[in-house]
Amino acid sequence: MNAPVREISYSQAIQEAMAIAMEADERVILMGEDIGVYGGAFQVTGDLVDRFGSDRVMDTPISELGGAGVAVGAAVTGLRPIFEFQFSDFAALAMEQIVNQAAKMRYMLGGAVSVPLVMRFPAGSGTGAAAQHSQSLEAWLGHVPGLKVIQPATPHDVKGMLLAAVADPDPVMIFEHKLLYKMKGPVPEGHYTVPLDKAEVRREGRDVSIVATSIMVHKALEAAEVLAGEGISAEVIDLRSIRPLDRETVIASVMKTSRLICVYEGVKTLGVGAEISAMIAESEAFDYLDAPILRLGGSETPIPYNPELEKAAVPQVPDIIDAARGLARGVR
Amino acid sequence: MSGRAQAMQVEGETSNLPFIYRQYEREQLLDALRKMHLIRRFEEGAEECYMRGLIHGTMHLSIGQEASAMGICMPLVNEDQITSTHRGHGHCIAKGAEVKRMFAEFFGKTTGYCAGRGGSMHIADVSTGNLGANGIVGGGLPIAVGAALTAKRLRTGKVVVCFFGDGANNEGAFHEALNMAAIWKLPVIFVCENNGYGMSTSTARSTAVANVADRAAAYSMPGVIVDGNVLSEVAEASHEAVERARRGDGPTLIECKTYRYRGHSKSDRNRYRTKDEIDDWMTNRDPIRRYEAQLIEFGIATSDELEAIRGSVQQEIDAGIEFAKTSPMPSIDGLADNVYTLEA
Ligand SMILES: Cc1ncc(C[n+]2csc(CCOP(=O)(O)OP(=O)(O)O)c2C)c(N)n1
Ligand SMILES: [Mg+2]
Repeated sequence: MNAPVREISYSQAIQEAMAIAMEADERVILMGEDIGVYGGAFQVTGDLVDRFGSDRVMDTPISELGGAGVAVGAAVTGLRPIFEFQFSDFAALAMEQIVNQAAKMRYMLGGAVSVPLVMRFPAGSGTGAAAQHSQSLEAWLGHVPGLKVIQPATPHDVKGMLLAAVADPDPVMIFEHKLLYKMKGPVPEGHYTVPLDKAEVRREGRDVSIVATSIMVHKALEAAEVLAGEGISAEVIDLRSIRPLDRETVIASVMKTSRLICVYEGVKTLGVGAEISAMIAESEAFDYLDAPILRLGGSETPIPYNPELEKAAVPQVPDIIDAARGLARGVR
Repeated sequence: MSGRAQAMQVEGETSNLPFIYRQYEREQLLDALRKMHLIRRFEEGAEECYMRGLIHGTMHLSIGQEASAMGICMPLVNEDQITSTHRGHGHCIAKGAEVKRMFAEFFGKTTGYCAGRGGSMHIADVSTGNLGANGIVGGGLPIAVGAALTAKRLRTGKVVVCFFGDGANNEGAFHEALNMAAIWKLPVIFVCENNGYGMSTSTARSTAVANVADRAAAYSMPGVIVDGNVLSEVAEASHEAVERARRGDGPTLIECKTYRYRGHSKSDRNRYRTKDEIDDWMTNRDPIRRYEAQLIEFGIATSDELEAIRGSVQQEIDAGIEFAKTSPMPSIDGLADNVYTLEA
């Protein structure tokens, strides 16, 4: 129970989880572009090929649709593939296999099969890689029943949730913000899991609930610290999973604070925040609201190359502070 | 005909000379050399600016592949179109773009070809027929086929060149695009710049056939293999393919065997290839040095003249970087410009 805890990075935590899963179960294989000797575009698989060999750390050709389909076929027949997209944007090339095959196979076959597949998607902006390498497309996949879609925000969570995903009998899509890869945090050694369906209250507060995903959790925590200095007590919830959605945690928080801000990097319209807002509007928390619900999401644009424009295209700490100040006016 | 005439004096007759020396004027031959230098110095300049933190993001350099970009573009006219790749600076310059506006784009400035929105990976110059580099491997292949469909239906007489890497030939889009181009006999030329690797994965490990050009047979089009580091060979293959396309006889697949000197992008440990392999290409098969040697051997230029070309290229590069540095940054208010054609 009390495994030693060290500070390691988010990407090391992923690598450690994959190594533990591969040690424990011969059926676990890694697939992806340049995940072997290259170590993966973000060095997440690193040197795992030296340890497990190229039969289990498989470089695929640049064939996202085919590669994803091979992973689906392998999963349905007894392997446990962890498939890495080089960038989450390339999910667009593989949507057929993810949406029409992986997500629906068990259902269409009346429960005769399972698809124990894990897919990893390096996502998000902030690297200057422009419009085709910076998107946050989690809401696309969150729209598809049959998939589980998670966005771990800390090294601790990504390791535990990846191990939970490998053990899960259904397809789990993991969105990893690229700017988190180098972030360090406490991670226990050895095997542990973090549930795939539970949000986490990262900071308790009374005046406003900030529901955030992925890297926005950290921005929300930064904002909450500043707000505390102004006498505004913000509760920060790390959603962790967008399918399934942990309704109870969010509803309980809003019933306590009576104010809600959703913060996410995906494009604002028809995104994760729309779902959270609607869910609250439909719930018993609606009567408790003292102010309109606010969404802070990505701008209604592709991600631009210019670094200043790029920053302006996604919510930043001052935006969260401003929004919370506006909502909490009259609280003090 | 001064180029041909001059070469003739040296050789006594032209018929044994490689293709370009029979086909092009001296000025055109020297312009091709100048552009090859411009490509290389542009990329070296961009790399320096990147190292000094003046350019952000990442970039993919085509240093070592200049003959492929230039040779393919030699038979094209301004109205002809190309689709390019993430490794597309060379294509852009060979097709006629100005380096100062390319630098400005890399610096994220309003004067850049994409107004600072695209950067290296989306560099384009529609005015010279470059429909754009592409961040998606294989993304340009069907688009080129679409452009060729336009050319055919509207009888514009344009041909479309589609550049792509060896890695792209394993994407479904490659196969679907070649098939459609063939069944509809479209004026498109597929140019595979085979530099031996898609990122870290060699063609031997990624591709079931020995040559990408072998795949042309599956789509009933000619598949031509050339030494992509010999300008004349590339230009000759391109010339034939362009004539075939303009005649209405349909597509060609050209495979240029070449090599990239630099890493895949700015984050490459180079663990998948040896230093000896890189050195061998740089020392023995450099496309620019080989072309310069021929220009001298065939009496088309003196080494002083070649030196003067290099000097003028350097001036253009320096001026281009200065232009980029002093150009204005876009304003944040313009973030949503051009998401749609008709602004709300
Ligand atoms: C659909 C897609 N998959 C993967 C990538 C990541 N990626 C960018 S370039 C590249 C290698 C491409 O190799 P190749 O086509 O041979 O071109 P080269 O880089 O050698 O010029 C990869 C894997 C991408 N940009 N798009
Ligand atoms: Mg290549």
